[in-house]
This record gives sequence, structure tokens and C-alpha cells, in this order.
Amino acid sequence: MTTQTSLADTPDSPPAAAEPPRRGLVPLPAATARALATGGAALTVVSAFLAWTWTSAFPGDLTVYGYPGGLQWQVLIAGVLTLLFALASYGVKGTRWLAPAGADAALKLAALAGFATAWYTLIAITVKLGGLANLEPGGYVTGVATLAALLGALALPFERPATDPADPEDTGWDQFKHNAGNRWSVFKAAFTTGPVNASRALPSYVEILIITAVLALGLGVFTYGIGTEYDELFIGFMIIAGLGFAALNKAGLISRASEITGRHQNITIAGAFIAAALFPFTQTNDQFATIGVYILIFATVALGLNIVVGLAGLLDLGYVAFLGVGAYAAALVSGSPTSPLGVHFPFWAAILVGAGASLVFGVLIGAPTLRLRGDYLAIVTLGFGEIFRITVNNTDGTSGPDITNGSNGIASIPNLNILGFDLGAEHAVAGITIGRFANYFFLMLLITAVVVLVFRRSGDSRIGRAWVAIREDETAALAMGINGFRVKLIAFALGASLAGLAGTVQAHVTYTVTPEQYLFAWPVPPNSAFLLAAVVLGGMGTMSGPLVGAALLYLIPNKLQFLGDYQLFAFGIALILLMRFRPEGLIPNRRRQLEFHETAEAPTVLSKTGA
Amino acid sequence: MTTDTTTKDTAPATAPGETVLDARGVTMRFGGLTAVRSVDLTVGSGEIVGLIGPNGAGKTTFFNCLTGLYIPTEGEVRYKGTVLPAKSFKVTAAGIARTFQNIRLFGNMTVLENVLVGRHTRTKEGLWSALVRGPGFHRAEAASRTRAMELLEFIGLADKAEHLSRNLPYGEQRKLEIARALASEPGLLLLDEPTAGMNPQETRATEELVFAIRDMGIAVLVIEHDMRFIFNLCDRVAVLVQGEKLVEGDSQTVQQDERVIAAYLGEPFEGAPGTEEAAEVAAAEAGATGAAETGSAGPAGSAGKENDR
Repeated sequence: MTTQTSLADTPDSPPAAAEPPRRGLVPLPAATARALATGGAALTVVSAFLAWTWTSAFPGDLTVYGYPGGLQWQVLIAGVLTLLFALASYGVKGTRWLAPAGADAALKLAALAGFATAWYTLIAITVKLGGLANLEPGGYVTGVATLAALLGALALPFERPATDPADPEDTGWDQFKHNAGNRWSVFKAAFTTGPVNASRALPSYVEILIITAVLALGLGVFTYGIGTEYDELFIGFMIIAGLGFAALNKAGLISRASEITGRHQNITIAGAFIAAALFPFTQTNDQFATIGVYILIFATVALGLNIVVGLAGLLDLGYVAFLGVGAYAAALVSGSPTSPLGVHFPFWAAILVGAGASLVFGVLIGAPTLRLRGDYLAIVTLGFGEIFRITVNNTDGTSGPDITNGSNGIASIPNLNILGFDLGAEHAVAGITIGRFANYFFLMLLITAVVVLVFRRSGDSRIGRAWVAIREDETAALAMGINGFRVKLIAFALGASLAGLAGTVQAHVTYTVTPEQYLFAWPVPPNSAFLLAAVVLGGMGTMSGPLVGAALLYLIPNKLQFLGDYQLFAFGIALILLMRFRPEGLIPNRRRQLEFHETAEAPTVLSKTGA
Repeated sequence: MTTDTTTKDTAPATAPGETVLDARGVTMRFGGLTAVRSVDLTVGSGEIVGLIGPNGAGKTTFFNCLTGLYIPTEGEVRYKGTVLPAKSFKVTAAGIARTFQNIRLFGNMTVLENVLVGRHTRTKEGLWSALVRGPGFHRAEAASRTRAMELLEFIGLADKAEHLSRNLPYGEQRKLEIARALASEPGLLLLDEPTAGMNPQETRATEELVFAIRDMGIAVLVIEHDMRFIFNLCDRVAVLVQGEKLVEGDSQTVQQDERVIAAYLGEPFEGAPGTEEAAEVAAAEAGATGAAETGSAGPAGSAGKENDR
């Protein structure tokens, strides 16, 4: 038609409001609000030492004056955190380092953490013991104190975003949506924080001390979380860990810490392994080392999958099959009485057999399928995972050759004996008994270290860049001279053999390997769906992401067993929420963060590949 | 078929010596559609050759045939005397690098990493060497980085080496794509519309860049729609119309060739004086806008039909 395209009527943007009023969410004068928050926080700290209930029927014994127990510790920590941020918001000397990005948002979240934990406790006491009568005065004091701190914190003024009023001609529903959107953006603005101000250069030994402290804190939090003995304590832990982490993040401490650890990557990684190796020494019995070793197996396999999915961009939905191949191969040569082979290889040979078998399977599966792209590859790998399980189920001597004992699996796999060190027996180290699972924990930690090394070194090299290039744009990568098929096959085979490596240890830890351990989806990890979830949740393409993601994905369902049938439901909702609000994962690769948050708070400069 | 008016005398001081690229009778069919029909093209060393033609003429298809993204249905492509393999990564290894019409950088890699990926064919370090990290690995990695930084300095992006390539402005993304292609140390560089979407200053800068690349001893074959750019730059220009090479020669020859003008502007119908036609077109356009606005077709409509006849 004509070339005269009239300009679309651009609605006259309302004249910019002179200065959006700085008010809080709760109408209170700023000075009163800050004082209320500080006072509430101080009172919270004090109230944690009071008795909250009269009977020790509620777990954790909250009846003692002067000594906090169970959930009271958590409220105490939240109170201290709130108090510190409150003091930092006053600019008290010596606390300012706590909030390099501004203390107000952190104060709000910390107060919220204290409020949520305390009120959860009070409600739990009331419900569990039947009635408000079970609360001692201390409980009421805590409730009032945390509420006061929260109200004070929420009344702190913040920069309100300019919002457009709803169009009066809209329908009621559209107006409602618009107003809700406005309210949401105001609410979000209450928790926004400024940029992290530049840090002073610290001497390296101070930075290394800081790294040590951070790692010690991490070990402490993890040990506490893994050791929570009753459901209320774990829920309280989840509340305070989640909100407390958010508060530290808003305060800018997390980015400050990651800046420092980024400068000393090797020291941080070594320190993290030392911290992990100290974990069994913090435990009095083998119960939690069991959880620890299962987490490590899960995390190691997830990290292997991250090479395939995160770096090379090959969506593999049947990855657990490679763990199964490694485990079965190791079980067959383990000298188990139910193994039809009846051979007993030493550990070094078993591990080579396990990793080698997975490597061979990886190449066999990869060679025909890696010519496919995207969704097709995902479907084919999903199919392979099922083929593995069904084949193993059927090679029982009746439906097929007798190799794997079918659904009975290979049972009573003997314990490993490495250079005369029996991993099945208890050993005493420095007066602390190290049980069977702790032994395997150390062995698995070594394997994890190997996988971490492989991930880091392969990722930061010619082949690693080729993987990322293939993931980014396969056609362009081919035009740059990258043999796409070969490079993808290397990633696939490498990932498979790393999973096989973990499988060899897994077979010995679990005594028995059965086909039902290697499903696509199952409430208990590791399985293909959980492995993928760990990678995505933790952060694709990062090293620490899958490790953290796997730890959470193992621990949370394990601790949420009281939810019974609703466990997976709650878990699924949590995953959906996380993916909605943090699609780049818990520990984002800086690349991914840029991808998902185009403009907001993302750095434009990458200093190092990955994170 | 079409006349081949290859004029060698317009070549610049650096006389084209050996033939770098020799495409003979390249034909590409997609089912019943022949996108490229029996095209011959040679590029000598030290030459800048332009490939022009209207949209849909098959220029990019021809490029894809040269770089192994497509396997030509008929004909063969020789690079320095050897027939090119049919895999695009092998073509790059042989020494032909290319850029893309719509920029295809690795957006989530840094500028430096993009160029390092371009070094892929010129380095050998495999997985084992990356895992073991012997002295050879560190040496090769350092050499690659030095070379990549040199290239970034050459195109003027050295200070942005650590930026994500997706965050670069458009013109710099184009430049980076050229640097990435140069990193594979090619003997022939294929540029697919290197100045598309650029302003005149940026186009001038690209011109300088292409001359500088030619002076490095790399032959250049360039597709472009910007005629001024092409005729400033190229020693020889080939015109592709509907998959066939219409004419080839120096810019003078091509500019004055009636068939080229016809291909771009349409055939003047026989015996009709140019001015009259122009007036008619103007009338038709006025009529068309008038029709669109008032709804009266009138004489303009019949004039348009006359044109068709």
C-alpha cells in the first residue's frame, strides 16, 4: 500500500514525578522504624534464652532459661544477623563491612528470617502440644520481638519505582492485573539493593583467611543441616538458611566472597575438599556419612553430566545408564558370589573395567546418535536409558543369557580392600571412629576430585572452547573448522566414563546393584531426571553448581519424608518456583546470568571462563 | 552459455599469480529448484573478487557450496589445485575461512574466546593434553592467545577482549567475525555481506580492513549489495542472476553491462524511450497512492497493465 505509515499513537508518558516519595511498606517515620527494627532484633536475641514452652514434649527442649535449644538457636542466629545489619544500617563503626551493598534490604530479609522461624516455632508448638496454653511468656516475647523487628524493617524507606496508574477504560480484571503488577514492582523495589561498592585491596593472607572462614561456615551449615534430627528443626533450618542466604546476598557479602574466591580459585577448591574431608570427623556415628557418600556419588555423576549438557549442550536424558554400566561392570568383577563371572579384580582393575565399559557404551551409543540435534538426541538417549534397564532385567538366564541375574541384581558385593586397607571395617583415626560409609566417603571424595579436575581442565582448553562453540552455534562452529561429530563424541564418551567411575564405587557402597536403581525418574536420586535437575538447578556449565544442586536435591527429599505422598509434589513446586525466579540456577555461570537477565545487575565483562 | 569476459589487465600491482580458488561448473539443485547453475569462478592470490546479484540470485548458496556446507550437485571446487573435501570443517582446515550474512558469533563466549575458537584448526591439543597439561599445552595455549590478541589489535578490539561478544555493537560484531575467520590462517577469505547494516563511515573502515587483509596475502571473495563498496574494492566482479553467472570483469565492464542493469532495474521494453517510461512510472505511482487513498483506480491502472504487456 502506501508508504505513509502513521506513527503509532504513543501514549503521552506522564510527566516524571519530581521525586518518588521515599516511604516504607509500613507507614512509620524512618527514625522510628530503624529504632524499632534494632530494638526488636536485640529483644529477639534475648528472648532466645528464655523458655518458650513448659514441657519437653516439643523436641529440642525449649524449656530452659538461659540456654537455647533446637529452634531457639536458629532464632538466635537470625536475631544476631538482624541486629548486625541494623547496626550496619546505622553506620556503626566496625559493622560497615557487613553490608557493602547497603544494609536496608538485607535487614528486611534477616528480620523476615527471624520472624518466619520464630512464628513457625510458636505455631508448631501450639499445634503439636494442642493450644496456646503451652506457650510460656518467653514464647510471647519472641513473637512480639520478631514481629516488631519485621515491622520496623519493612517501614524503612526505599526508592519507590515510578508506576503508571491503571487505564480507567480497562475492564475490572485488567485494572486489577495492572494494579497488582504495580504493587509487585513496589514490593520488589523494597528489597532491591545498590551496587556493591569497591572493595579495599586486602593482603592475600587475609583473603585466604576469609576463604577459610567461608568454607568453615559452609561446612558448619551443611553439617548442621544434614544432622537436623527432627522435622521441625529441618524446616526451621530451611527457612533460615534460605532467607539468611538471601539477606547476605542483598548485603553484597556473597558477591564480595565470590570475588575473593575467584581470585584464589585453586586454594578455594583445595579448601573445599579439605572441608568436605573433615565432614566425617564431625559425626559421631556412620548415619550421616551414609548420606554424605550418596550425595557425593550423586554430585559426581551430575558434574559428569554437566560436561555433556552444560558445556557441549547435548541433552542426555539417559545418563544414569552409564552409572549403571559402570556399577554392573564393577559388580561383575567384584568377586560377588552371585556374579556369574566369579572373578575378583583388585580395585584399580575394577575401576578401569567400570570406567572402560562405560566409555565403550558411551561411544557405541554416541556414534550413531550424535548426528542428531537437540530434541531428537534427547529422545534417543531417553530410549537408551530404558533399553539398558530392560536389557539388564532380561539377561537373567531365562529371557536371555545369564549375565546380570535379572531383577534380583548382583548382590552381596564384597567390600573393597585397597592396599590392605579394608573399607568395610571401622578404623580409629585420632580417636575418632571412621566407619564403613566414612571410608567410602573418602574414596568417593577422591573420585569427585578427579572429576572436578577433569571438568576444570577440559573446560578451559581448546576442546572445551570447541564444546561451548558447538553449543552456541553448531553451523558456525563447523565453519570454524571444528569437527562437530568428533568433539561431541569426546564429550559424550568422557561424560560416560566419569559416570562409570562413580558407578564402580557405588556398586560397593550399596552392596547390591539392581536394574531398579537406574531409572529415568524415581523419588530417590540418582536417576536421569534428578541428575538433569541437579545440573539445571545448580547452574549449567559451572563446576560448583551441580555439586550444590545435587547436595540440595538429595538432602531435601531425604529430610522431607514426613510429607509422605506429598513429598514429590512439594518438591516439584519448589523446582518450578526456582526456575521461574532464578532460571540460571543457584550458582550461575556468568554467561547464563547475562543470558537470562539482559540488563539487570549483570557484569558486562567476564574475567574467567565459567565460574 | 554466458559470455565470460575475464579481463586480467585491470589487476593491481600485485599481479595475481597462482589460482587460489577454482570453481568449475558448480551446480546446486534443491529438488526441482536449481539455485546455482554451472557457475565458474576463479580467484587468484592477492585478488579481491566481488560477487553481486539481486536478492535470491544464489550468491550465498554458491558460498555454501564453496565452504562445504552444501555439497554441489555437479561441478567441483579446487583450492590451490586440490579438490575440496565435502565437510565444512575440512574446508576450513584446508584454508578457506568465511563469515556469515547474518552474524553467527558465539554470543556467550568472550571476544577473545571467539577468536581462539577460530584457531581450532591450527592447533592440535586434544583432550589428553588438556587433562595432563604438559609444557606443550601451555606453550600452545599461550601462542594461541598471543596470535588471537594480535588479530584483535589488527581489527581494533583488543581492549574489549574480555567482553561477551553478544554485547558488542553491530559493527564490531562484524569485525570480530572477520577476525575469527582470519584466526584460522586462511589463504582465501569469503565475506558474505560484510557491510550490511553499516553506516558510510563503518563501510569505509571495512573497506580499509579488506585492503589490509589483501595486503597480508589473503585472497578475498566478497558478496555485497553496496555497489560503491564493491566497485571501490574489487579487482574483478562477477554478477550472478538467477543462479547463473551473467558477466564477469572489472568494475567498468560490469557497471556498463546492459544485462546487469536489466537484472537490477528490470528490462526496458523495446523501443520505449527512457523518459517516457519514467513519466509513466511516476504517473502509475501517483495513481497507486491516489487509488489507495480515494479508491479511484482510473487511468493509472490501465497504464500499469500496458507496462506489463
